[in-house]
Amino acid sequence: MEFFHNPNYDFLGKKWYFLAFSLVFSVAGVFSMLFWHHIPYGVDFRGGTLVYVKFSHTPNDNALRSAMDHAGLHNAKIQRYDLPSDNEVLIDLDVQETSEQALDRGKTRIIGALETDTPSGKQDLNNASFLTIKNYLMDKDPMHLGSDADQKYTQQATGIVNTRDKVLGGVFNSFDQLKSQVDPGVLSSLPDGFFLSDFGVRNVEIVGPQVGAQLRKQALLATIYSLAGMLVYLGFRFEWIYGIAAVVTVFHDTLITVGAFSLLNKDISLTVIAAILTLIGYSNNDTIVVFDRIRENIKLMRREKLADIVNRSINQTLSRTILTAGLTFLTVLALYLFGGEVLRGFSLALVIGILIGTYSSIAIAAPILVAYQDWRISKGKRAVAMPVRAR
Amino acid sequence: MNKDFGWKVALIVGTLLVFLYGIFGIPQSLSGGGLLAAITNRIHLGLDLKGGTHLILQVQVNDAVNVDSDNAVEILKEQLNKRKIAFADISKPDPANAPDRIVIKGVSPEARKDLLDIASERLAEYDLSSGADNSWTLTMKPQMLADLKNKAVTQAIETIRNRIDALGVSEPTIQEHGLGQYQILVQLPGVDDPGRVKDIMQSTAMLEIKQVLGGPYPSEEAALQDKGGVLPPDAILLPGHGAPGAAPGEQAWYLLSRVSAVRGKDLRDAQPSTDQNGQPNVRFELTGEGGQRFFDFTSNHVGDSLAVVLDNKVQEVANIKEAIRDSGEISGGSMSEQQAKDLSMILRSGALPAGIKYLEERTVGPSLGSDSIRHGVTAAIIGMLAVLMFMLIYYRAAGINADVALLLNLIILLGFMGYFEAVLTLPGIAGVILTVGMGVDSNVLIFERIREELRNGKTPPSAVDQGFSHAWITIVDTHVTTIVSAAILFIFGTGPVKGFAVTLTFGLLANLFTAVFVSRVIFDWVLSRKQRGEALSI
Repeated sequence: MEFFHNPNYDFLGKKWYFLAFSLVFSVAGVFSMLFWHHIPYGVDFRGGTLVYVKFSHTPNDNALRSAMDHAGLHNAKIQRYDLPSDNEVLIDLDVQETSEQALDRGKTRIIGALETDTPSGKQDLNNASFLTIKNYLMDKDPMHLGSDADQKYTQQATGIVNTRDKVLGGVFNSFDQLKSQVDPGVLSSLPDGFFLSDFGVRNVEIVGPQVGAQLRKQALLATIYSLAGMLVYLGFRFEWIYGIAAVVTVFHDTLITVGAFSLLNKDISLTVIAAILTLIGYSNNDTIVVFDRIRENIKLMRREKLADIVNRSINQTLSRTILTAGLTFLTVLALYLFGGEVLRGFSLALVIGILIGTYSSIAIAAPILVAYQDWRISKGKRAVAMPVRAR
Repeated sequence: MNKDFGWKVALIVGTLLVFLYGIFGIPQSLSGGGLLAAITNRIHLGLDLKGGTHLILQVQVNDAVNVDSDNAVEILKEQLNKRKIAFADISKPDPANAPDRIVIKGVSPEARKDLLDIASERLAEYDLSSGADNSWTLTMKPQMLADLKNKAVTQAIETIRNRIDALGVSEPTIQEHGLGQYQILVQLPGVDDPGRVKDIMQSTAMLEIKQVLGGPYPSEEAALQDKGGVLPPDAILLPGHGAPGAAPGEQAWYLLSRVSAVRGKDLRDAQPSTDQNGQPNVRFELTGEGGQRFFDFTSNHVGDSLAVVLDNKVQEVANIKEAIRDSGEISGGSMSEQQAKDLSMILRSGALPAGIKYLEERTVGPSLGSDSIRHGVTAAIIGMLAVLMFMLIYYRAAGINADVALLLNLIILLGFMGYFEAVLTLPGIAGVILTVGMGVDSNVLIFERIREELRNGKTPPSAVDQGFSHAWITIVDTHVTTIVSAAILFIFGTGPVKGFAVTLTFGLLANLFTAVFVSRVIFDWVLSRKQRGEALSI
């Protein structure tokens, strides 16, 4: 099977279309970053509180909104999460609710706002920790065990917590859901000390302002170091112009990917930055494959014009470029579709980035090399800015 | 056939076995459950997959510096008084931002030599410099200051570890968080309700026993009024519970000696106990040296009162009836049994050298963790199958070659993680998936090159040879650049992201071996079985 048989497209002839395409996307992204959605920092970078709640029934958006307003959390963002049938909601507070004196104040207020009618003296079984449940059982001793209570009640409490978290996905609807899981004595004693709220907290992220600023700086530094690392390595392996062309290309990819996040108003979290750094590596791979072929062809075709050599090299590697991009895209798409909500931002960045990264090594990196050489010739310098050094 | 062939196969099989051992160890049983247990025994899951709490806290190192400079101020005053040198004022102008800066004002110029002597003899860790108007400034030597701050962090880590160990949290991580200043990273697997643990970690637990000079007063103002508006220089005013019999929650103020008779480090043991009324309290015992000091103090102050002070709050005031040697108790109003247990544990673990502040808190509930595993593994398997199928269809027999290399790549990657006790996180699983996608690139590069050489009329053996040698250069370049970005991610990343960098790097390293070496050996084997001139299935 073969997708491309001896392809011979004039890629360099289309360089102005490529340039226009890239400009449109970069400029749109930059505009969005400056004037529209700005850079949509996730909680990691801007600081704040994120509470991820699962309800036992489909939550009513208006009721949620008014519960938050009632608790004075007017700026809380409420987002549906994953499939609607999962009844999952993300509540997001900005950094003002996250003082460093009492980091978890925002979380406490959110949970307080959701816990509307709490029977006095009872605890919420949907949000009780293993230890709370075990201590309650030890105290009540509903199985009349006496001496070897510790082990038995550890087992019972584990059963309760596992049923809630592993089987039911975080919330009980009624105590009866424990029927086959725990001892009948334990089951009948639970309602005396516990009630069931209609939600369970699945995940909490609280980032103070200081850490937010620190992480922003690190993400920026990591990206810059990564680009610098490429520049140095390629400068060493090829010629400086190759390194510069590769870094400009990768910068273009990063800009468009971040711009896309801004346009879509999707949060940029730590994992998204990880994805972007991976893209830097991936896009570079693609560029290097083409560059390697150009270097090889220059030795073979000394008489030909650089533009022809570059075109030939892109065509020779085209099959590989498309196959690899396609296969990587396939895995990333699996990640996007099946990897769950936690990885959605990460896989989105990869989905966008692999398309852009593949396009850019053909449409940006190679034309830069040719443009540079044309510029040198117009200055009357030695024509071939190409590696002649031995490896 | 190449005469090295046997050795190469042995090397591959050896590698396979070594890394299979890395993944599974020696499994108890070969059933599915037994293997799964063996894997989870070797490859640890990150907090985001198994649930738990991740905290970053910052040691307020200036607290520790302030303790040292307060001490220096005392020494300075004592020495100046001893040498009968007059001074107008000794103070720390900015304890919050420059805790080590001490300014001495109004010392006569003749005393210059004495001051220099005092500084060099008693305050060797400080630099003394003269300023305008007969003022002098003491600042800590930069090296000393840095040491003191770092020591505060190390000591805080030690103390926090003691406390967490005492709480029985399994496999906690407590380490310096190198990315920030004076920060500590604490990871507590399985803890999904961090409130109590956080309180216990944060408690400074500075225990002191001081002499009561006056009080209780109903308010700070009342205390000042009683002393004519100015506190004696060697005294401090601290809040505490109301006088015996007062309503619960009522505050009272006590005037106490600045110098403590007993400090936290004089403590030998602390245990929860009950008082004569059956109320929970904490009994503590002192070390030999501390006990001696306490004995001297109580012998000299029979009839006076002493106060037990915890974190600058008066917990207990008692009359000294006779000399006491080595024990005391804290009940601090009304304490629950749990509070008594926690307090005695905190006291046993030692005091924090400085306060701590929480900067970041992430809690992953176990239900989300198991969801994430399911999602991650599903995505990995689907992505992997898609790639394996595609390679078979597109490259036919050579596709088997690529698929074998990919599977081996995966085994080596997981084996690496087993040996290095690397932590598998959700982004780490994504790293595994990406390794599959990007790892197959090496195979594609080689195969496409072989096809090209075949089209140019080369014989299969020479096409394979050329294909590998040309693609090799490219493969090295692409791997190095990707590993560079993964390494940077590892250095700058935290938690789950680090896990991603680790799997990506290991995956790429393994790929160099599988996609190039293993794949080549398979090709050689296939070629050796073919008749001369027979076509290669690629």
